[in-house]
Parts: sequence; structure tokens; C-alpha cells
Amino acid sequence: MSWEMVGIWGGALLTLCLYSFLYRDNPFYKFAEHLFVGMSAGYWAIYTIFNVLKPNWWDKLVGAGDADPQLIMIIPGLLAVLMLMRVVSKLATYSRLPLALIVGAGAGLQLVSFFQTNGLKQVENTVIPLVGSGVGPTIDNLLIVTAVVCGLVYFFFSKAHRGITGGMANVGITMLMVAFGASFGYTVMARISLLIGQAQFLLFEWVPTIPRILGL
Amino acid sequence: MGRLGLFLVILIGPVPALAAGSAGPDQARPVADSFEAVDSPNDAGGVIELSWAMSPGSKLVDSMLVTRSKAGGPENVLSVVSPVSTSYRDTTVANGVRYSYALVPMLDGRRLAEVGPVAASASAQWIHSGRSGMLIITVILAAFILYFIRHGRKGGELYIRQIAGLSAVDDAVGRATEMGRPVLYIPGIMDMDNIQTIASTVILGRVAARTAEYGTPLMVPVSKSVVLSVAQEVVKEAYLEAGRPDAFQKDSISYLTDDQFGYAAGVDGIIVREKPAAIFLLGAFYAESLILAETGRSVGAIQIAGTAMPSQLPFFIAACDYTLIGEELFAASAYLSREPKLLGSLKGQDVAKLFFMVVIVLGVIASTVGQAWDPASEIAAFIRNLTHVE
Repeated sequence: MSWEMVGIWGGALLTLCLYSFLYRDNPFYKFAEHLFVGMSAGYWAIYTIFNVLKPNWWDKLVGAGDADPQLIMIIPGLLAVLMLMRVVSKLATYSRLPLALIVGAGAGLQLVSFFQTNGLKQVENTVIPLVGSGVGPTIDNLLIVTAVVCGLVYFFFSKAHRGITGGMANVGITMLMVAFGASFGYTVMARISLLIGQAQFLLFEWVPTIPRILGL
Repeated sequence: MGRLGLFLVILIGPVPALAAGSAGPDQARPVADSFEAVDSPNDAGGVIELSWAMSPGSKLVDSMLVTRSKAGGPENVLSVVSPVSTSYRDTTVANGVRYSYALVPMLDGRRLAEVGPVAASASAQWIHSGRSGMLIITVILAAFILYFIRHGRKGGELYIRQIAGLSAVDDAVGRATEMGRPVLYIPGIMDMDNIQTIASTVILGRVAARTAEYGTPLMVPVSKSVVLSVAQEVVKEAYLEAGRPDAFQKDSISYLTDDQFGYAAGVDGIIVREKPAAIFLLGAFYAESLILAETGRSVGAIQIAGTAMPSQLPFFIAACDYTLIGEELFAASAYLSREPKLLGSLKGQDVAKLFFMVVIVLGVIASTVGQAWDPASEIAAFIRNLTHVE
């Protein structure tokens, strides 16, 4: 049996083990699940060491290749050591320092991109004339402006959803639900194509190997 | 002739040099002129942009070499560009180092007279000149947030409307307590540098406080090591504040794997075996959202979900009892804690939304009227420029 055959049979049997979950939890699913979790955890550990830690920290610290060593990389190294202090109960408090740095820096950096993509870009693209060149574009523009303004009203927390505010909020959430419905359908189609891909693997790659394995 | 020549180069490949003296390209003219090397603006450095213009009527070549050298160092060929290229970005430079660049035209494997050299060095810019409008708006909105935080701290009333999903948090934990089954909290699959994960860990604190109070087991499987550390800290703190440090179990917050579907498979296993009565899916989710929510539904758990991922919200809405949509997830920490500082921040964000609504309405009116009246279209253009970010 070639390694290719081992791969096909391994993939097919594990696929069937995972699909057995559709019936109920069972030892086959448990086996595939634990194998998947364990192998992926190990894979990501190695991936992180060789694709994150080494190129982004170690190589820069020691000056890999013809680059000069960057001694400033000692600081993230120290922060990493502080993070590991969690395993020593007396020194565990020091692990909060790198955690605070990660959370603070993460929030600060995300502020810019969030504000840019979720705020300003939306406003810029909504500043459009209500009357477009024809009936279709006019309806499009009206829908865009109405959906954005009413959607914003829905997410306005300082006022109860009553009266005009309530009406606009209802329009906003209705528009959101229509958008979610379209997104749902689109994504389900993509998932079904994944299912078809896996079924094709079983039918056209795995099933034809069964007679060969059985010597038929 | 120039355009025809370029067309022929594209159509039939390299064009041999025309005979000297014929009515063709000028052999003496350099292939390119206006050759410039400048530091790429508004970035963190590490990039030098080269640009040049093709000399009209110059010799047609096969290709051009972009070469680079440091002071006293050897010349390296960075790239071979097509003869019709007029720019190149060198993204392999170190900040503060002066590099010399030259363009070497190639014809029949021979190097012709090079263009250049020109020199430049890369540097990082502290201020992004294309984001001045963003800076102004951010400062104004930050001022509003600080005002409301101050107002809240002084005891001023800060009204926040009811959010159904968040009002159900206590009920969900209570239900789990009554049924004698655990509470499962899933903080998404992204790391702590994601603002949704940060918001989720704040809500986790509140949920942990309730489970500590009611004595209900809490399980928090995570997919990132840093989230594991933060979640352990948050839950431990909540149990301490609730006066139940003895009930805190570090192992109840566990790392599964970084892998998206490995994590989903692991959490599914936990759901079907432990049968939690309440499941919280709050944070950043991707394709695993429906897998998790559907499994939770199959064991009859009350599910409260929340994310700012637009593509995953439909699945949570379909499979969960309550769903926090986008902004509601970020409002949750203020809503649940009722802390003046967080409520003030939320009020400030509401002012930002009001500001944007006014800007949009004004911009739309100006844009519509501007179709017939030029001054109004200028106002619309000003609003667009103010909100434009490069």
C-alpha cells in the first residue's frame, strides 16, 4: 500500500468518524476529535515557534543573515519571560504586565482600523445624492441612506425604542435582518459546496480504492 | 513611432536596435529620464519608491534592471522590470540607510548606459498626513466620551435602554443552577489583540461573578494561549470579589488548540458530554459559529451569542435564543457593570453615532441639491474629504 493510499484511507475514515457525530456522540467521533485537537495543537505550537517566534524575535535579536542584531528585541523577550511567571504562584502577579500591554496595545491599534473601516469609510460612502441616474439607482441610494441612518438609530443606546426612535429602529433592524438573510443563504451555499467537495473525495477517490484493497 | 514600438515589444517580444542613422529611435538618448528615488510617505519606513519616465524617441530595449548599492558596497540587481514599467517599490530596505539606485537597460543581453544613480533613505513617519480628518473627528469624539465619563463619576444620570440579550445573562446562569448543569463560556477564536475578545472577557467577568455567587460550575475552553491567561485572571478576580475564592477552579478554563476547526470539534465534544444548561458565545467567530451554536441547541441549552462579525451573525440569530448584534457586544460591559466610567464611554459613543447621522444627513442633502447647485456639491465634497481616510 502506497503512502498516497494511506492518506486517502486515513482521510476517508476520519471523515466518516466525524460524520458519525450526526447520529450521536460515539467512540469513533471521540477518537477523531481527540486526534484532531491534539494534532492541531502540536502543529500550531511548532508553527508558532518557526513562523512567529523565530523570524519575528530570535532572528532579529541575534541578527540572522547579514542583518545587525537588534538589542531592543530583549524587551519582548523579557515580557515573554514575565508571561511565563504564571507558573510560579509567588511571581504570578508579574504576568499581568505583558497581559496589560497586549490588551492595551491591541485595543489602541484596533481603534484606528475599526474607526476607519466601520465608521468613517461608511459615512464617506453614504454621502450620495438621493436622486440617481434612473429609477434603479435612485431606489438603491434611498435604501442605502435609509438603512444606514435607521441602523444607527437601532444602535443608539441613550434613548428607549419608542415613538419615532422606535419606528426608525424597527426599520433599521428589519434592514439588518434582510441583509443577514441574504448573507445566511450565501454562506449556506458555500458550506454545501464544501460538503459536496468532501462527498466527491469519498466517492471518487476513496470508494474506487476499496476493490483494490480487497483484491477484487 | 514610440507607441508603435512599445506595441511591437509587447506583441512580438524583444525588438532589435534599429540601424544607426535610420529614421528610428535616437541612439544617444537615455532610455528613461526623470529618474527619482523617494521615501514612501506615511508609513513605518522600510520602503523606497522609484519612478521614471520613458524618454520619447529613445532606444527600444528588452528589459531593464533595477540595481541597488549601499555606500562602499557591491551593486545588487533587485529586479528585472519590463521596458514599459515606470515605477518600482523596494520593500527590502532598512530605515536610515542611504541606498543608491540605477536603471540598467538591457538589449540582446548587453547592458546599455545606465540611468542614475539616485539615492534615498527610508524612514518612519509619526503622523499620517492622509488621516488628518480622522484625527480631528477622533479628538472631538474623545472629548465627548471624557465629558460623559466625568459626568457619570459626578453622579449624573446616564440612561441606557434595555438590551434583551444582556438582561437574560442572569436568567441563563440561574437556569443552569436550577438544573444542576454547568455554564459554558466561549470567548471566540481570536487573540487578545482583537477588540471583540477584549469585550468578551469583560462580560466573562460578569458571568463568572454570577456563577461564583450561585455555585454553578463554569467552563471556559479557549483557543489562544494569551486568552487563557486573561480568562483565568478575570474569572479568578470575579470569584475573589464574590467571596468564593475556594470555588475557583483554574482547570475549568482550558486551552484546546489554536486550530479553528480543531477547537470547534473540541468544544462540540464538551457540549455533548457535559450538557451545559447555558452557553455564551461572545467574541469573534468565523465559520465555526454555526457548528457550535447548532450543537448547543441540540443539547437544549439556553444560548446567548454576540459578535461583530457580520457574516456570522445570521447563524447566531438562527440558532441562539439571544444575539447581541455588533455594537451591543461592546455595550455589554457597560450595561452589565453599570460603572459610571463605562456608561460614560457608551454615552460618548452614542454622541459619535449622532454626529455621524447628522454628517450623513447633511452630506446627502448637500449631495442631492448639489446636482443642480454647485455650492452645495462643494459642501458634499468637503464632508467626503473630512471622512476620507487613506
